[in-house]
Amino acid sequence: MDRLIAGFFNVGILAQAWPFLLAGFWMTVKLTLVVVPIGLAGGLAVALLSTVRSRIVKWLVVIYVDFFRAFPPLVLLMFIAFGLPFLHIDLSAFAAVAVSFLLNTSSYYGEIFRAGIESVPRGQYEAARSTGLSALQTMSYVVIPQATKNVMPDLISNTLEVVKLTSIASVVALPELLYAARQAQSLTYNATPIIAAGIIYLICLWPLVRLLSRFEHRQIALH
Amino acid sequence: MLDRLIDTFFNWRVMSEYLPKIVEGFVLTVRLALAIVVSGIATGFVLAMIRSFRVKPVNFLIIAVVDVLRALPPLVIIIMFYFALPTIGIRMSAFVATWLALSLVLAAFSEEIFWAGILAVPKGQWEAARSTGLTFLQTLRFVVMPQAVRITIPPLTNRTIAITKGTALGAVVAVGEILYQAQTAYSFSYNPSPLTLGAIAYLILFIPVVYFGRWVETRFAWKR
Repeated sequence: MDRLIAGFFNVGILAQAWPFLLAGFWMTVKLTLVVVPIGLAGGLAVALLSTVRSRIVKWLVVIYVDFFRAFPPLVLLMFIAFGLPFLHIDLSAFAAVAVSFLLNTSSYYGEIFRAGIESVPRGQYEAARSTGLSALQTMSYVVIPQATKNVMPDLISNTLEVVKLTSIASVVALPELLYAARQAQSLTYNATPIIAAGIIYLICLWPLVRLLSRFEHRQIALH
Repeated sequence: MLDRLIDTFFNWRVMSEYLPKIVEGFVLTVRLALAIVVSGIATGFVLAMIRSFRVKPVNFLIIAVVDVLRALPPLVIIIMFYFALPTIGIRMSAFVATWLALSLVLAAFSEEIFWAGILAVPKGQWEAARSTGLTFLQTLRFVVMPQAVRITIPPLTNRTIAITKGTALGAVVAVGEILYQAQTAYSFSYNPSPLTLGAIAYLILFIPVVYFGRWVETRFAWKR
């Protein structure tokens, strides 16, 4: 027990590591605030493109989505972070993470938005158009708001996964929470910083998990 | 420009040199993924079964553990198992750490999905089955589970695919799977072609899986 406390919950070590962890935490917040909106925007764009009449565009969207769904995000990130500099495209670690997240999460969000748009009855679209709204107005005032509402649980669930996924940025040395914790661990030879980072993730994300769990039970019970 | 592109990302000499390593990584990734799928889903299923007995303290414990596993990033769990546990005397290989971490995450998600499936079966089904003389376990086995499983298959498939893609995280703790082999080869050759090869290996492995997931979704969708 003493060993557990000294190794995992060491207050002295925690005090030393705290500034690192705090800086890492803010980097994770910053990263989240960048990658979630661009993922959502990319996903919406992907979903709107898949409603276009052109067969070719539809095909390209399917290929794009399936390609990035089959690609593990860490592999994508390494490819962008380590491969692109050879073409003299030098991205900062932050930019490399943002680009790989855009490609990866827009395909997931895209699938969700597509399901949402398909869930809005066609009559809604027709009714909106016949009142004189343009196609763009119909989409943005009638279809997308309803679509978003219908797939809200899936959007939140995917966002939770995206926030958790920001931890892979540690692999390309972006100083987010996990990276900071590992640095602090190697400086102090003590696992307390890693446990502390885990607890920070837990405190921030647990409310979201609870919320989702309630959504899921309600959603599945409706079938 | 094109020559340079080919020389950098599709360098035949580098690729053929490291192909055996990537194949080795491919085999390990498949083994790791299968082990995670089997142990993760089985554990999740057993936990959902236990939860259906509705023993308060037991259920509370299951919910707590599942919530923790859903809130923590998988990479953090892997790193805890591999780098933190040894400091209190619990040691495991990188393969075991990755397998255990991802199995637990999959178990947590699949428990929630199975449990939601059990809840989705109307109460009247339980009551009717019990009143025909079936025992609790028989009701679960012959009436509730067959209906619950049908509802749970599509979300379960998608979640399983997402988590098995997480095998690439094993590279961080030096499990010799595809990404690790590709990365090692890249740093030896200082040419990103092995990364291309690794990416192709992942596509070969996961594109059929993604299509399988799509098929499952449509297959079960119209039956509801």
